[in-house]
Amino acid sequence: MYEFSDAPNMARRTILKGAVAGGLAGLTGLGLSSFPFPAYAAADAKEWPADAFKQKSEADVLKALYGKTAEASDKISLDAPEIAENGAVVPIAVSSTLPNVTGIAILVLNNPNVLAAAYKIPAGTEALASNRLKMAKTSKVVAVMESNGKLYSASKQVKVTVGGCGG
Amino acid sequence: MLRKCFIAVAIVAGTAQPLLAASGVNPEADRKAFVKYFTEKFPKLKLKDFVNGPYSMDEDLYKQWVAKEEFPPYEFTLEKGKKMLATPFKNGKTYADCFENKGVGIRQNYPKFDPKRGKVITLEVAVNECREANGEKPYNYKKGEMAAITAYMAYTSRGKPMSIKIPDDPRALAAYKKGEEFFYTRRGQFNFACSSCHVQMAGMHLRTEVLAPALGLMNALPVYRSKWGAVGTTSRRLTSCNSQVRATPLKPNDELYRDVEYFLSYMGNGLPISGPGARP
Amino acid sequence: MASTIRIKAVASGDATTVQSLIRHPMDSGFVKDKKTGKPIPAHFIEVLNFEHGGKTVFTAFWGPAVSKDPYVKFKFKGGKKGDELKISWVDNKGQSDSLVAKIR
Repeated sequence: MYEFSDAPNMARRTILKGAVAGGLAGLTGLGLSSFPFPAYAAADAKEWPADAFKQKSEADVLKALYGKTAEASDKISLDAPEIAENGAVVPIAVSSTLPNVTGIAILVLNNPNVLAAAYKIPAGTEALASNRLKMAKTSKVVAVMESNGKLYSASKQVKVTVGGCGG
Repeated sequence: MLRKCFIAVAIVAGTAQPLLAASGVNPEADRKAFVKYFTEKFPKLKLKDFVNGPYSMDEDLYKQWVAKEEFPPYEFTLEKGKKMLATPFKNGKTYADCFENKGVGIRQNYPKFDPKRGKVITLEVAVNECREANGEKPYNYKKGEMAAITAYMAYTSRGKPMSIKIPDDPRALAAYKKGEEFFYTRRGQFNFACSSCHVQMAGMHLRTEVLAPALGLMNALPVYRSKWGAVGTTSRRLTSCNSQVRATPLKPNDELYRDVEYFLSYMGNGLPISGPGARP
Repeated sequence: MASTIRIKAVASGDATTVQSLIRHPMDSGFVKDKKTGKPIPAHFIEVLNFEHGGKTVFTAFWGPAVSKDPYVKFKFKGGKKGDELKISWVDNKGQSDSLVAKIR
């Protein structure tokens, strides 16, 4: 099972940085075969949480990504327009004052696939991400943050008049 | 919603007066009247804000635009345009051989009146004439390549004031006048003139869009539209505007369109070039 | 072949703000080709990674709902002018690209 949150395992990753790209087979002896390990600086397709991207509900996305549910928090700032000028390019920025954030996920509840983007936040990186997303139609946008192992969320309704999925 | 607009315009129809100062052709007086109308209609806007159209009129739209301008979606188009401008033709010559200052920082001077031929030359026409003079095929006026090169040329002029000249030549004044008349003439099944939307209803919503004021409209072209996901040429915008009012559009570089561009660009004199503009 | 990755990385105080814009269609698989009427197959970046000083500073997991020519901005502690930032991405078709940029 893919374990998204890996902050407690940072030390192990540093030690194993020298391993050959994609050579996960060599790591099985260390009991780390299910460990998400980005070799060098290369983006590793194996890390991609395929299952989470297939889910059709907020609860299922969070279960697949983090194995948890989220509670509302007023410490998350979700900056999104009232009315998207065009559903194809909606600028959305999230940030928070929550401590030790290790993951961020942005969900668009009325999109064909609810999970739009997820971000891994290593120690030393701020709880902040700005991106541009497609929205099929008017929908609640949910920003989720994993902080100290717990999930928190904030949401905002964004109106879309011209859908971003080719409508 | 569109119905309501239709009716609103029909009511206004009888009172739709062009913003002309006096009889005869006096572009500078027309321009002053144009500016006066818009600055009175939108007292909160600074003159230079007009070039950003709907973004200057709606806070929510403005924030989305500013967020995207940090690293604009048309960045790659600009790179393409820059490369195109520098690439020599098959005969070894380049655009620098046709345009002043190698084609850089000169967009604000277009459209120009060519006294030799007695016609208005827009930037797009100038690009194609340069190509044809050097044995190359002209670009399609509505598509990507023309959009990319004119977007880059506009970008190199960003911030410079629009500087259209109308020489004291009866042919130039006639072209300006024809463009002005086109702008105020109703056409199409919807019976809208350019002025119906961009003068009378400027700042109002038409379906989901905020209608941009005509003042500064040309300063933002060519334009990246989120709707197109790409940069579109001035020709594309003029022809699609006509199609949208269910009028048969003219050919992209038709003399009348050039005259309209001449007139409308002159109205934006002094305001900064903001191209390539971004619009919803 | 020019890189698809464009970076603006600026160090200010003890933090570096990174903005990246990548040339990629990010086809969702839902849009039909106007000429053929058939859906254009999904083609989107799945993983985007940023590394500084031998350490990953940010990883993006993207789906087809990320806009064309995708953009992302994030901020990390450390990094100073002249430092290298390594960026790489891989998409659902196995295509990839990478770039080494300097922090300003």
